[in-house]
Amino acid sequence: MATMEVINLEGTEDTPKIILDKERGIFEISGRSLPEDAAEFYAPILEWLDRYQAAPNPETIFRFKLEYFNTASSKLILDILSKLDNIPGSRVVWYYHEDDEDMEEAGEEFSELVETVPFEFKSY
Amino acid sequence: MKYIYDLHRIMLRQNLILVYEGEFTQEITKSVLAMAERNMDAFGEEAAVKRKVFNVMVECLQNICKHAEAYDTENYGKNSAIFMIGKHNNEYVITSGNAVPKEKVEEITRRLEHINSLDKEGLKELYKEVIKHGELSAKGGAGLGFIDMARKSGHKLRYDFEPINDKLSFFSLRATISRTQS
Repeated sequence: MATMEVINLEGTEDTPKIILDKERGIFEISGRSLPEDAAEFYAPILEWLDRYQAAPNPETIFRFKLEYFNTASSKLILDILSKLDNIPGSRVVWYYHEDDEDMEEAGEEFSELVETVPFEFKSY
Repeated sequence: MKYIYDLHRIMLRQNLILVYEGEFTQEITKSVLAMAERNMDAFGEEAAVKRKVFNVMVECLQNICKHAEAYDTENYGKNSAIFMIGKHNNEYVITSGNAVPKEKVEEITRRLEHINSLDKEGLKELYKEVIKHGELSAKGGAGLGFIDMARKSGHKLRYDFEPINDKLSFFSLRATISRTQS
């Protein structure tokens, strides 16, 4: 299997921290996501997942630990989840702050919008 | 110079904690958000209320940005918009006003009336419908902004149009967020 490059983006005040590391088995998006152009921001992430899908790890645990995301990002988050739908052995861990019902509900809605990828919910 | 005092009194009377008038960009959006956050932190606003206010602000501000990008300055002249936050005892009031082409009025009205006709469950269904089948517009909008604002606000969105000239209308939008969380 060819090695894949690691995506490691530092979070900013309007974009999330993202780590996609096949070798270490880390797949994580955290922080705030309210970029002006969400499609442009997430394009490299979706492309990475397309390549990963061709030769995925036996298990892919994708962690979302978002504090806030705008509606433009929500469409792209669904695109990421749809990709995971096609990756066998993938599952999602959706983190939400214990008093953030909206974030918990957002995760539940996403879990209803995807086909197969299982969701686990964790409060912090 | 009396206008300064007048403006000051209007702001106090309307309980406005922040007013921004001018051009809207992502940089301005970030600054306005940071100011509002600091303001809410300063008087120890509840985290749940803060999150909802932040959420509605983002959608409102980015909505203005997206419309500003599509705004035809050559035909319509200088574009400027207004954004305000009012803090009352029981609620925050987030308002925006921006020029829209007259031909957009009907569509915006239809969308807002539809959103206002739905209850919590209805809004959730509409959100899921649009996120699943909607495409991102050329302006990068997911068509979810108003729906999300209505959901986070928990109240009807109020709006109004004032004619500016034969091409433009001034679109005012008002969302309220209750401070008394049960």
